[in-house]
Amino acid sequence: MNIVDRRPNPKGKSLSNRQRFLGRARVEVKSAVQEALRKRKVADVEHGEKVAIPTRGISEPIFHHNRRTGKTDHVIPGNKEYVRGDEIPRPTGGEGQGGREGSPDGSGEDAFEFTLTREEFLDMFFEDLELPDLVKKSLKDTTAVDLQRAGYTVTGTPSNLSVPRTLRNSMGRRIALRRPKLSEIEAAQQALEEARTAGDEAEIDRLTREFERLERRSKIIPYIDPIDVRYRRFDRVPKPNTEAVMFCLMDVSGSMTEAMKDLAKRFFMLLHVFLTRRYRHVDVVFIRHTSTAEEVDEETFFYSRETGGTVVSTALEKMLEIARARYPMDRWNIYGAQASDGDNYGADSSRCVSLLGGEVLPLCQYFAYVEVGDGMGGSLTGLSRDSDLWRAYSEVAPAHPHFAMRRVGDPAQIFTVFHELFAKGGVRA
Amino acid sequence: MPNGFADAAQLRAEMPLFTGPNWDFGSLRRVNDAIERIAFDELGLDIYPVQIEVITSEQMLDAYSSVGLPLMYHHWSFGKRFAYHETLYRKGLQGLAYEIVINSNPVICYIMEENSMTMQTLVIAHAAFGHNHFFKNNYLFRQWTDADGILDYLSFARDYVSKCEERYGLEAVERVLDAAHALKEHGVNRYAHRSRPNLAEEQRRTDERRAHEEATYNDLWRTVPQLSKDEEGTEASEKQKEELRSQLGLPEENLLYFIEKRAPRLEDWQRELIRIVRNVSQYFYPQKQLQLMNEGCATFVHYEIMNRLHDKGLITEGSMLEFLHSHSSVVFQPGFDDPRFSGFNPYALGFAMMSDIRRMCEKPTPEDHEYFPEIAGCGDPFGVLRHAWANYRDESFVLQYLSPAVIRHFKIFQIADDSSKPSLRVEAIHDEVGYRRVRSALSKQYDLSRREPDIQVVDVDLTGDRCLILAHYVHDGVLLDEKTCRSVLRYAAFLWGYAVKLLEIEAATDKTLKTYEAAVEPA
Repeated sequence: MNIVDRRPNPKGKSLSNRQRFLGRARVEVKSAVQEALRKRKVADVEHGEKVAIPTRGISEPIFHHNRRTGKTDHVIPGNKEYVRGDEIPRPTGGEGQGGREGSPDGSGEDAFEFTLTREEFLDMFFEDLELPDLVKKSLKDTTAVDLQRAGYTVTGTPSNLSVPRTLRNSMGRRIALRRPKLSEIEAAQQALEEARTAGDEAEIDRLTREFERLERRSKIIPYIDPIDVRYRRFDRVPKPNTEAVMFCLMDVSGSMTEAMKDLAKRFFMLLHVFLTRRYRHVDVVFIRHTSTAEEVDEETFFYSRETGGTVVSTALEKMLEIARARYPMDRWNIYGAQASDGDNYGADSSRCVSLLGGEVLPLCQYFAYVEVGDGMGGSLTGLSRDSDLWRAYSEVAPAHPHFAMRRVGDPAQIFTVFHELFAKGGVRA
Repeated sequence: MPNGFADAAQLRAEMPLFTGPNWDFGSLRRVNDAIERIAFDELGLDIYPVQIEVITSEQMLDAYSSVGLPLMYHHWSFGKRFAYHETLYRKGLQGLAYEIVINSNPVICYIMEENSMTMQTLVIAHAAFGHNHFFKNNYLFRQWTDADGILDYLSFARDYVSKCEERYGLEAVERVLDAAHALKEHGVNRYAHRSRPNLAEEQRRTDERRAHEEATYNDLWRTVPQLSKDEEGTEASEKQKEELRSQLGLPEENLLYFIEKRAPRLEDWQRELIRIVRNVSQYFYPQKQLQLMNEGCATFVHYEIMNRLHDKGLITEGSMLEFLHSHSSVVFQPGFDDPRFSGFNPYALGFAMMSDIRRMCEKPTPEDHEYFPEIAGCGDPFGVLRHAWANYRDESFVLQYLSPAVIRHFKIFQIADDSSKPSLRVEAIHDEVGYRRVRSALSKQYDLSRREPDIQVVDVDLTGDRCLILAHYVHDGVLLDEKTCRSVLRYAAFLWGYAVKLLEIEAATDKTLKTYEAAVEPA
């Protein structure tokens, strides 16, 4: 007998089969994901999801008998009361029919249920979304380059000299050309000395010639020859800008209810998940404002209560200040998301417009303004009256394609709005 | 666990091979050696060499999805199977099998790292010895399964499929495999083909025939009146058609074989893919007919071995209790009205029948003498069992060995389900009049040729529209399921390249009951 431990074998042997399966069921899985998203909370948007898809596209039909035709015998265990000749009313379900086991071949099942991993789930969810202007930014950043090792070269600066590689070449050459080792020369010299003390002329002569031959050879064949020398070669690879910062701006004044904050939070979280999929590193800056703005941590941002007036421009100023201090534009992709109920101190709106249009937007990859309602559905926004801020921002929007504004009334709309904002093929407010 | 209890348990076993639940490679080896002595010297088992492979639960799921084989070509349906089992497992609805064993030489036996040492002992006895003996000795496996070559063939198949994918595209390969999978149950040879006679053989037979004609020549036959001209004409064309059919090897029940060899429009690589599906299907063909016996044999063997290990004081009382707990849940048979019921549990029925054979050999009752005169009281239960394991399949095993005692134990009864009547009728129950009827009815239930529809290629319209004609021979009025039949025919038409027709023919009367037709869909 032979025991083999297979546990260290690479995992995911059936991964390629799984991908094939998901590819096959793509349409069904996608609609199931959308369906699931309508129901789930944003807080668990990052988890995998159990989805049930119709078996249509993935059935594997084979010929089998229709059990409702003809005569069949069933031999089954567990008789308690029946004797020969009893008539039993036909059971409606499959009971007593030698029931088929719940089989993976999908026959007779309405839906096929399985679990998507987090990665697969998010892939499906974000599949047709994209970050606007992502490409533009990485082209603009040609200054950022990375050096990447790319083998060896025979020319270069001394600082790039590769000692191991050079010595390896040198050793190979020395062995091939039979360059005498130092120990051999010393041995020859010693033998010569001994012969001299012994005074054997013929031997002295032979050893002298031998010694000279070795000496000469070691001079002709250099220890390190220019042809041995190797330098490390580097390629300059343009470095994609993989760092992003996301500014979350929120009005926390008294007029913002908990429900509104919750909506805003959901939006921010989605944006964060989305950004983390596109960038290796995403910083998040939380700025809350009433009549003054301050940078806070996440906990305070979402949960602490504030009272006071509303001056939106303070938040924009704060954002500019932080961006200039910590996130230079040539190194960071800057995203802004602002949530507010639309109230603003009367005279401040024009200042907001000039700040936004003049300074904030040129800095940003993308800026989204989400106006949250009180959960009363459509009636909150629309026809009656646009809020101060909405009217003000509407002036800015047409000139800036990377600025978008949306209204959200209740949690169910979050995903739709998010989808609209980032749908492939351009964003329009 | 209270300490005193553990100590007491250990005291009873004089020199246990292991204590405690954790396993290690040393104890696996010790246990294997101890089992080997019992298996060879006491039970007389004859097995392939064994390779035990320790795997994780995730690898076990992997193995599930490739239908229990260690390697398999890529196809989305395996991914689907994986997703299905994974969901059940993660939800906790389904435990994983403790082992998977592969009928190859050497036999590969997967055991899970999560198992306790007692479970590993059970699994080694069950798979590495029970199943192994059955694989090596049963006539169906010997006839149909090439244990030496299967792994090499699978690795060839996997490479071939991925090469085709590279060359012709995933989608093209997938289409062929999908279609072939739909017909895979009908891609097996049920009987070994007659070997084709060679030229010398043919010559000899012609000579013999001529000699026979010469020897029996009688001029009298010339005077027998001949058929009229046009009668002869129709007969001749009938005869010609018949000739053509026999040249094509019709009727042919191996649909995939026929398509592989005769389909007019397939490319070589497509034929090879069909062949791969066909060969894998053929490998599993014996397995489907031997489930009851295979599991019964393995269960009987592990039960016997574990008891003998215990009798020799090689395992502790604690392990024995753990084993019995697990064993009794394996051989649990819910009744038909139990929500857990899903047909006969092959472990339960197989184990019960084999244990009963042993009882009859050793302690027969008068009833056994009446039903099984040749084995009752013969005193060599293992000889009888080894004979049964080698020479029967599920259907014949039940017909031969299902004893009244087992029928009574499971309270087996037979009901007739005639779709034209409003109610079911109890035909036979576990009583004196019923034993033989129940037995033959259960045996039929295990007969693969009755479980699976009897479908054959009967004709090809070679002179006309090249339509392939299949026939489903209907027994007892059981028709095909319409929906799946139509989709399978569409697949068949794709492979054949032209329209495919299926006739449902009542076997007893030759009457055509229903006709399906599928045309080729444009790609």
